[in-house]
Amino acid sequence: MSTVTDTIHHENDLHEHHAPPSGIKRWLYTTNHKDIGTLYLWFAFIMFLTGGAMAMVIRAELFQPGLQIVEPNFFNQMTTVHGLIMVFGAVMPAFTGLANWLVPMMIGAPDMALPRMNNWSFWILPFAFLILLSSLFMEGGGPAFGWTFYAPLSTTYSGDSTALFVFSVHIMGISSIMGAINVIVTIFNMRAPGMTWMKMPLFVWTWLITAFLLIAVMPVLAGAVTMVLTDKFFGTSFFDAAGGGDPVMFQHIFWFFGHPEVYIMILPAFGIISQIVPTFARKRLFGYASMVYATASIALLSFIVWAHHMFTTGMPVFAEMFFMLATMLISVPTGVKVFNWVATMWRGSMSFEVPMLFALAFIVLFTIGGLSGLMLAITPVDFQYHDTYFVVAHFHYVLVTGAIFSIMAAVYYWLPKWTGKMFDITLAKWHFWCSLISVNVLFFPMHFVGLAGMPRRIPDYALQFADFNKWISLGGFAFGLSQFIFLALLIKACRKQGDPVSDQVWEGAEGLEWEIPSPAPYHTFETPPVIK
Amino acid sequence: MTDNRQEPNTTGSEKPSGHGKMVIKLLAIVLGMFGFGFALVPLYDVFCDLTGLNGKTANSAAVYEVMEIDESRTITIDFITRTNTGMAWQFEAEKRQVRVHPGQMNEINFTVKNPTAHPVVGQAVPSVSPGTAALFLNKTECFCFEQQVLQAGESAVMPMRFYVDPQLPEDITYFALQYTLYDVTATAGDIVMNSSE
Repeated sequence: MSTVTDTIHHENDLHEHHAPPSGIKRWLYTTNHKDIGTLYLWFAFIMFLTGGAMAMVIRAELFQPGLQIVEPNFFNQMTTVHGLIMVFGAVMPAFTGLANWLVPMMIGAPDMALPRMNNWSFWILPFAFLILLSSLFMEGGGPAFGWTFYAPLSTTYSGDSTALFVFSVHIMGISSIMGAINVIVTIFNMRAPGMTWMKMPLFVWTWLITAFLLIAVMPVLAGAVTMVLTDKFFGTSFFDAAGGGDPVMFQHIFWFFGHPEVYIMILPAFGIISQIVPTFARKRLFGYASMVYATASIALLSFIVWAHHMFTTGMPVFAEMFFMLATMLISVPTGVKVFNWVATMWRGSMSFEVPMLFALAFIVLFTIGGLSGLMLAITPVDFQYHDTYFVVAHFHYVLVTGAIFSIMAAVYYWLPKWTGKMFDITLAKWHFWCSLISVNVLFFPMHFVGLAGMPRRIPDYALQFADFNKWISLGGFAFGLSQFIFLALLIKACRKQGDPVSDQVWEGAEGLEWEIPSPAPYHTFETPPVIK
Repeated sequence: MTDNRQEPNTTGSEKPSGHGKMVIKLLAIVLGMFGFGFALVPLYDVFCDLTGLNGKTANSAAVYEVMEIDESRTITIDFITRTNTGMAWQFEAEKRQVRVHPGQMNEINFTVKNPTAHPVVGQAVPSVSPGTAALFLNKTECFCFEQQVLQAGESAVMPMRFYVDPQLPEDITYFALQYTLYDVTATAGDIVMNSSE
């Protein structure tokens, strides 16, 4: 008798296992890679709007010369927290969310390798940003030393909120490391039979290499913030010259993390573009193997270029030459990628659906950001560009029109697969064109004011920069508002409004994720697929 | 009954043992890189000691052995004194610039005065520019080797004895030695108490 009841219970369990529990518990307890991917993506979008709101404060203050709206100390907090939120709260979690959704589906795995750790790595993240944002309401305000937290700004001259900053960065780091370990173990151990290394989709390849970068450099960041913490509160002298330390060493340690970090934020973007361009050019990706090797060499080179952020610290000429040439070397594998995308489109039968529009904008605008990066790599001229708006223009071209445009392209590309319904194409096109025009009005003139000598991170500026800054601010407000079109579109999509789509969704799409039904069922590939 | 309900779920989602080994290896990389971040601190010091990249001179006294003075070369040395933010001492070198021959023993006096109404502990930190010259500036006596204590209103003359190594590269004819004085009273409070007794 008891065996019979047991069997019945087991069957019930199986049912529970297949249908997600309803309400908030589904999201709190979930170990499903698709649920966690969705959580990551929504979290990243909320952080994108939060960090964006801070950018609006910055641009409102800089709309006119002189101090108009906020105190300089608050302005510094805005630039600092804007940077931290966009890097660690928006771009990185968005890529992790995409990895969660897509990596198992692309390699034919039923889920991520470590589903419970996956739940953890997401759910500690909101607390990290709660701590960081709450520090803004402390007496003396939140961190105001720039997202790079150079010593002695963060040690001698910072407020008590530094402890909260350090603690929140620790949590963000632990979250990213757990996410990276999960991606690596999944890709190594859970590929479907026949999914050999050189058959893996490029998004999977780029994420694998990114995950290795993450576990290599996030611990160094953790070490750097720990040293800042002990210098500030426990009397050590890592960065204090009076006690035998060296503030320049902070920059070395920070940028040893910081330069691989910028590739952490762009390599998955390369993977996304390499998925989208072949679909809408209806051709196979040109130079698949060279794409893999280019990604790996960019990752390796990223460890030997860190001091190009520090040309003006008084390095010997030999070191400046080395870091200049090593940096310029990176443009070779990056150029290979851009040429491969162009060659993929060459004589393709192209169509311009919304994901492709974002991908094309990425290729053009990321290349502009890459070329200004090449200019910054040239040591003698870097002495002029250093700490000006030219640098701000450069890294916003690679991060906004690079990383963020690729994330938007990815969302438009895979959203119909996730929801089973085509998104509102009219809204999507409005979102694209408004974003494209405003983002260039926002960031392109920054090149000019930067070359003319306008310093970054200052709430005021000389009168001759007033006209350009007015345009920059207007572009900024327009770009910020354009993102509400995206929000409206996403809400409609999550309410499952729209026309049903086929399993393949896009005519030229190839890969395992397009062979499962739309919307993707809660559990996929419980029996591994056969790879042709 | 409750146990029976739990079991199939747990075993169902339990991962194969292959994951565990890999996770341990990856965690070892994470720990190793965390350690590497801290190992950069001594590595940076060693690297700078060997190459003189950051312009720091040696922290301890050199021994002068009688050597040939190379009178064919004259090296110009600038002395720059400055105090860090929050350090109230007046700090000056008796000469702003000297011209010396490599191998020759020289002495220069620095004067400090504590104009405040309380005892202060100071620490001078040297820096040579261009950095490569730091390896060839040998000091047999320097106030920067230890902390200095000045009582309220007290002043002192601090000698610095040095010679330039004749091995100094040919292309260096001119370098600057800068001392920055830091107020380290907060971390060295005991010394003030003892010496004022």
